[in-house]
Amino acid sequence: MAVYRRTYTSYSGALTPAWSRWRVLFRYSRSNLFRSKLQTGLFVLCFFFPLLCLLSIYLVHNLSFLEKLGAAGGQLVTIDNKFFFYFVNVQGVLAFVLTAFTGPGLISPDIANGALPLYFCRPFSRAEYVLGKTSVLAILLSQITWIPGLILFAVQASLAGTQWTWDHLWIAGSLVLSCWIWIAILSLLAMALSAWVKWRIVAGALLLAVLFFGAGFAQAVNAVMRTQQGHFVDVVYLMSTVWKGLFRIADEQVISSTEACVALLGFCAICLVLLVRKVRAYEVVR
Amino acid sequence: MVFRNPESMGTVIQPGAAAVAVNEQATAAPPTPVVALQGLCVRFGNREILKGLNCTLRGRAIGLLGPNGAGKSTLINTLLGFYKPSSGSASVLGHDIRAHTRKIRSLVGYMPENDAFISKMNAVSYVRMMAELSGLPPAAALERAHEALFCVGLAEARYRELGTYSLGMKQLAKLAQAIAHGPKLLILDEPTNGLDPSARQRMIRLIRDIRDSKELQIVLCSHLLRDVEDTCEEVLILNRGKIAHYSNLEEERKANKRFLELETYAANGDFAEAIEKLGCECATSLNRMKMILAEGVEIRDIYRIAAEKGVRIRRLNFRRDSLEDIFLKAMEI
Repeated sequence: MAVYRRTYTSYSGALTPAWSRWRVLFRYSRSNLFRSKLQTGLFVLCFFFPLLCLLSIYLVHNLSFLEKLGAAGGQLVTIDNKFFFYFVNVQGVLAFVLTAFTGPGLISPDIANGALPLYFCRPFSRAEYVLGKTSVLAILLSQITWIPGLILFAVQASLAGTQWTWDHLWIAGSLVLSCWIWIAILSLLAMALSAWVKWRIVAGALLLAVLFFGAGFAQAVNAVMRTQQGHFVDVVYLMSTVWKGLFRIADEQVISSTEACVALLGFCAICLVLLVRKVRAYEVVR
Repeated sequence: MVFRNPESMGTVIQPGAAAVAVNEQATAAPPTPVVALQGLCVRFGNREILKGLNCTLRGRAIGLLGPNGAGKSTLINTLLGFYKPSSGSASVLGHDIRAHTRKIRSLVGYMPENDAFISKMNAVSYVRMMAELSGLPPAAALERAHEALFCVGLAEARYRELGTYSLGMKQLAKLAQAIAHGPKLLILDEPTNGLDPSARQRMIRLIRDIRDSKELQIVLCSHLLRDVEDTCEEVLILNRGKIAHYSNLEEERKANKRFLELETYAANGDFAEAIEKLGCECATSLNRMKMILAEGVEIRDIYRIAAEKGVRIRRLNFRRDSLEDIFLKAMEI
C-alpha cells in the first residue's frame, strides 16, 4: 500500500463499469445493517416459520413417523395453495416488521448528515442511489419471503412427485409474484418515508401508522360514506385481495384483484414521486 | 517548483526567480477552459439567481468571490448539474453541463460547504466508498483512501468514526473524499468555514500544495478574500447574480511589478538621488521608499546602488492593488 505518498497524485488506473456503481451503495448499506444485533436477531427469527413449514412438509410425507406419534398424515396439514398462502401471509407480516426496523435507517441518515451532495457530485445518478438503497431491502426481504417459499415448494415437489408438481406449478409463480409485489410496496414506502423524515424512529413509526391507520381510516370512510371504496386506501386489504387472487383462494371480495392491483400501482407511483422530490443534492427553495 | 506570492516573499534575495516562477505558471495554463459560461441564467421560481453570466476561466486556481447570496454556490451547483440553467449554457473542462453531466462529475472532486458525511463510518471507509462510487475498483479505492487521508493530514485519525471528528478534521475528511479518485478539477465550497486561524492556515497550505502538484485545477468559492488571495490566480467576483469583476491576479502581479516598496536602513538622500538618476520616480519617507522603475532598470540595479551607497535593503515588495481593493471597487459598481 502506497501510504508513503504524502502529496496529491492523480489516478490513471482502471474504472469499474458505470452500471455496477449502485452495488457499491448496496454493499456498504448492507454491511451497516448487520452491525445492529437487534436487526440480526430479527432477521434470524424470520426463518423460524419457514423451518416449521419445512418440518410440516417432511412429516406429511413420512407417515410412518406420524403413525408412531398417533396422527394421520392427511389430518396434520394439506400441502396445497392454502398452505403457501398462509406461508406468504406470515412471512409478509415478518417482512413488514423487518422493514419497519431497517427501512428508515437507509436514507434518513444521509439526509440528516447532508451526504446526498457527496453521492450526486459523482457519476452516480439519483435512480442509481434509489436502486442501491432499495436493493438492500429487496434482497433482505427476498431472503425471508419468496426464496424460502420456493425452497419449500421444491421440497414438496421432490417429495410429492411429478404429478403434484405439474398440477401445482402455478403456485410457485404466485408465490414469487405475490412476494415481489409486497416487497416493492414495502421498499418504496420505507424509502419514501425515510427520505421525508429525518429521524429514523419517527420514520419507523410513520411506516406502522401508514399501514395500521390506513386500515382504520378505510373502515371509517366505509362507515361514514356507506360505501366500500374506503378499502382503496387500505394497503393491507389491497394486498390481501391480490394475494387471494393469485393463490386462487375462494373468498367474497368487495373489490376485484385487478382493481386492487391498480390501486397498489398507484400507491407505488405516489411513493416514487415522493422519493424523486426528496432525493436530490440540494433542495431548491423557490 | 513551488510558486510563492512575490508580495509575501519579504526580502527578495533573487528577484528574478519569482518572476520566472510566475511566467512558468502562466505558460502552464491549460488550453481547454476550466469553466466557460455563455449567458448562464438560473432561476428558482420567480427569483433569478444567476443573471446572464459570460466568462471563460482558464487558470490553475480560480477564486469565486462575492458577498453572501451573490450566487457563488448556485453557480457551483449548476456546474455540477444539481440545478438546471433556465437559459444560456456552460461547460466544465470543455463538456457541456446539460449534455455531459455524468462526464463532468467523473472529472470533478467536490468539497461541499456544509457538513457532509456518512453516519457510523470511519474516515477510511468513508473516503473509500466515495472513491468506489467514482468508479475506482475496491482495492484501488482503499489504497487511494489511505493516500488521500495521509495527504490531508488525517493519517493518525483515519480509523476514527467521522462523528467524533472536530470541525477542522471534518473539513479535511471532506477534502480527502474530494481528491481520492484523482479528479481533474477540484471544486471547494468555502473550505475554511468555521476553522480557527491555525487550521485555516493548514487548509490553505494544503490547497496550495495540491495546486502546485499541477495535476488538477481548482475552483475555490469563498467570501474570505485572504483565502482566495492566498491560493488563486484568477478571481471572478459575483454580486447579486452578476459578474461584478474579473481579475487575473497573476497578470496584475506581473503588470505591476515595476511598482516597488522598499524598507531601508542607513539610507540618505544620496541613495534616492542615485536612483532618480536612473530615471525612476521616487517618494521617500523616513526609511521607506516607493518607486516606479524606469524602462530598462532592473531590481539588481537597485541592489547595486544600495551596495555602493552602503544602504541595507530590509524589505522589497511589489506594490499592487490588494484583492480587498479590487473587491471593494467591484462592490461599488
